[in-house]
Amino acid sequence: MQEVDVLVVGAGQAGVQVVSALRSGDFAGSIGLVTDQTSAPYELPPLSKDYLKGERPFRRMMLRSPAFWTQHDIALRRGKAVTSIDPDAHCVGLTDGTSIGYGRLVWAAGGYPRNLTCSGADLLGVHPVRTRRDVLSLRRDFERAAHVAVIGGGYIGLEVAAAANQAGKSVVIIEALGRVLSRVAGETLSRFYEAEHRARGVEIRTGARVSHLVGEEGRVRGVALGDGHVVKADVVVVGIGIDPAVGPLLAAGAKGGNGVEVDEFCRTSLPDIFAAGDVAAHVNRFAGDRVVRLESVQNANDQANVVARTILGDPKPYEATPWFWSNQYDLKLQTVGLSTDHDEAIIRGDPLSRSFSIAYFKNDRIVAFDCVNAMRDYAQGRGLLLRRGLDRSRLADPGIPLKEL
Amino acid sequence: MPTIHVTDRKGEERTLQSSDGNSIMQVIRESGFGDIAAICAGVCSCSTCHIYVDPAFIDSLPPMSGDEDDLLDITGTRLENSRLACQIKFVDALDGLRVTVAPED
Repeated sequence: MQEVDVLVVGAGQAGVQVVSALRSGDFAGSIGLVTDQTSAPYELPPLSKDYLKGERPFRRMMLRSPAFWTQHDIALRRGKAVTSIDPDAHCVGLTDGTSIGYGRLVWAAGGYPRNLTCSGADLLGVHPVRTRRDVLSLRRDFERAAHVAVIGGGYIGLEVAAAANQAGKSVVIIEALGRVLSRVAGETLSRFYEAEHRARGVEIRTGARVSHLVGEEGRVRGVALGDGHVVKADVVVVGIGIDPAVGPLLAAGAKGGNGVEVDEFCRTSLPDIFAAGDVAAHVNRFAGDRVVRLESVQNANDQANVVARTILGDPKPYEATPWFWSNQYDLKLQTVGLSTDHDEAIIRGDPLSRSFSIAYFKNDRIVAFDCVNAMRDYAQGRGLLLRRGLDRSRLADPGIPLKEL
Repeated sequence: MPTIHVTDRKGEERTLQSSDGNSIMQVIRESGFGDIAAICAGVCSCSTCHIYVDPAFIDSLPPMSGDEDDLLDITGTRLENSRLACQIKFVDALDGLRVTVAPED
């Protein structure tokens, strides 16, 4: 059986950053990186944006150059998934029947896109957007599609809708809740993005339940809603979230449920097993010390650095400021902090000017900013997070720089 | 083909070449040298491709956008010659450019 000092499972942002930070920190042991994907490790954010539009070649999405893996002596094994973990024996089993022994295991396997459970979910032309393969297949269908239905009004759904609209498709967004972005932003931001999409001809149906997908000769032709209406569609994009890929970890006895629980050093409840990125359920001080999973590049990258430092013997707890971005049309959204469960929102500037920001509070503590075409508020708002007792009228005045509050 | 001299965080220097109008961030990242994170994939939405540019070249660089300026302010390590590497196209006029990868925050 092959053995490595550190075995990393998953070659997304978190997995690649762990191995990269270990080598930057002069880790001299052997490192293995296993991914179920066949492509060289790549960035996910362009998938729903410029890669979908065909404006970015794959080689400009690669997380590291092809030379990196040999230069840094990292054994990259592609196209193999880990199916079992034996925490006592310190080894994992792979899909091809082989095993790898580890000194430390880092679980950064990301998540699987949720699929629809209704009838028609397996028709041709129905696509998730999570991997390069998903998007290559979506792009092929896009070429001959006129009508695109996007199920789910989260960031992925909105970004795909923007790309499809820009490619001249007729686009309908179908959202189950009362507004888009309802899980991740306040109502003002939701209504702003709904208006922006509608102004470009995108139809948005909120509060709409999907009944089933309508097909013809095995290929999707429409989305039937609960009220009987059928949304015409040659392509259906499903953006209704991910399920964290933690099956083997939980089966091995790690604590968790929605993800795997980690402490402030990204250690799971199993010895010598760490987790980082989308899978890691952690206590986050920006969420009022609640346990959260964050599906973001920032979280993946910063937790990976925490794992690497712990392995390098220089541990530092995870306390990074959450941030996030989403680009749609000419709108650049930057978010800092976590607005979930906020109880107050203050708007800075006029949304009609298409440059504004929203400050979110929870129990008088400022917890997040959503900034649309307002990079300065994003940069300066970061320093105000978790402060109490801010003067709301000064905060609402875009003429006063946030750093002067 | 224009060349660029890159110094990484450990003080090691490497000379890189590129001809196809990549950004400096892409030139560095595709070389596998320098360990530049660039986690927003080069869309000027973060500050993880922060570099210091040889002052002799400052005037040959494209002007800084307001967004780049604001993002550089987030880093705790901004200097007069700080730039985001994703915002500088590597063109012939920059042949011989010297840059240093800024420390991580």
